[in-house]
Amino acid sequence: MKWDFIMKYLPLYQKSAVLTVKIGVAGILLSILIGIFCTAAQNFRIPFLRQAANVYVEISRNTPLLIQLFFIYYGLPKIGIRTNAEVCGIAGLAFLGGSYMAEAFRSGIEAVETVQYESAYSLGLSRWQTLRYVVFPQALSICMPAFMANVIFLLKETSVFSAISLMDLMFTAKDLIGLYYQTTESLFLLVIFYLLILLPVSLAGSLLERRLRYAGFGT
Amino acid sequence: MPDLGLEVLFKGKNLMRILGGLGVALKISLISVAISILAGVLVGMLMTWKNPISRAVTRCYLEIVRIMPQMVLLFLVYFGTTRIFGWNLSGELSAVIVFSFWGTAEMADLVRGAIISIPIHQYESAAALGLTGMQTYRYIILPQTVRRLIPLSINLITRMIKTTSLVLMIGVVEVLKVAQQIIEANRMSSPNAAFGVYLTVFLLYFAACWPISMLAGYLEKRWR
Repeated sequence: MKWDFIMKYLPLYQKSAVLTVKIGVAGILLSILIGIFCTAAQNFRIPFLRQAANVYVEISRNTPLLIQLFFIYYGLPKIGIRTNAEVCGIAGLAFLGGSYMAEAFRSGIEAVETVQYESAYSLGLSRWQTLRYVVFPQALSICMPAFMANVIFLLKETSVFSAISLMDLMFTAKDLIGLYYQTTESLFLLVIFYLLILLPVSLAGSLLERRLRYAGFGT
Repeated sequence: MPDLGLEVLFKGKNLMRILGGLGVALKISLISVAISILAGVLVGMLMTWKNPISRAVTRCYLEIVRIMPQMVLLFLVYFGTTRIFGWNLSGELSAVIVFSFWGTAEMADLVRGAIISIPIHQYESAAALGLTGMQTYRYIILPQTVRRLIPLSINLITRMIKTTSLVLMIGVVEVLKVAQQIIEANRMSSPNAAFGVYLTVFLLYFAACWPISMLAGYLEKRWR
């Protein structure tokens, strides 16, 4: 292990880690929005939008992110849709993550039993109040483990971005291996930086899950 | 109508080559799936033991797999072992090792979840009827576990097929690499090939995974 090599390229890794996190966070936020939108379309049975959401979920869940990115980055410019790599990365991650988030939210809402709706209505709550005070809190609690698993999954998937020449952690590591043959050091830094990004998220996720585990109490 | 570059597919043996590439990807994923399911069942049963050492070890293993991107694991095995141990693993072998390592953990977690979801009174009733530990597993626990497990593990298969697309990055010639070669070779004659060829690859992956996902969804509904 050559420590001077590690010290020399630490800033480079830092820069690419920041980029990885930036794109990851943007993609995850967008995928949460898409997920909410799809769940709403499916749950309120909005015609056309509902079918569109179903088709989208099936397509996005059954194709790998790498292929989606290749298509967005290399394929779409040929028919005139041209963007830079960062936008492609965010779009690809959002396209993939949207369906995973939609599935998580949907399973949460479906797990709330009919008796909860009926009780709320019989107490005189309006439709919106029922959703706001009865259904959403329970659904949130139920879908939390799936949601956190999706967040970690999507952050891990950012490692694919090096394929569309985004300067992320993977790209930096591959570059340094190719340039200097310092394989051990480059891989060591790569692992350390991914741990630094993902370990806190994983721990925060377990904490959040524990805090929000109130639905289904007493059943 | 803009030129979509689809004609490249029908030139020479291009379509067959792409399908061959998909075959390589599917072969890698199916071998890993077979290993993961077998090993995953064993490790999953190990996870339910009360023994603190086996608990700590499996917990660490699961956490490593959960946190490390598969791509990083691929790099570690493909480039790392060459440097550290002097092994010269081929891309395919590294891919099978990594995907089995990852899949075993995922499968084990599913098995663990299925086993602990079986209520305690099932064990107690079996014990009350005078069944031994082995008999309890064989006749009471496993049949119930398998029902909960099969839809979930079929989902895992599609995820493993999808993840196989990463082997492109360690130099295995699979469907995406073949697609790149075809696009490069036809750069002059059909500059728009990237659209058509990548769209084809996209649809091929969808065609490979969608039926499996549908089957999983169907079984999940039916066996609930």
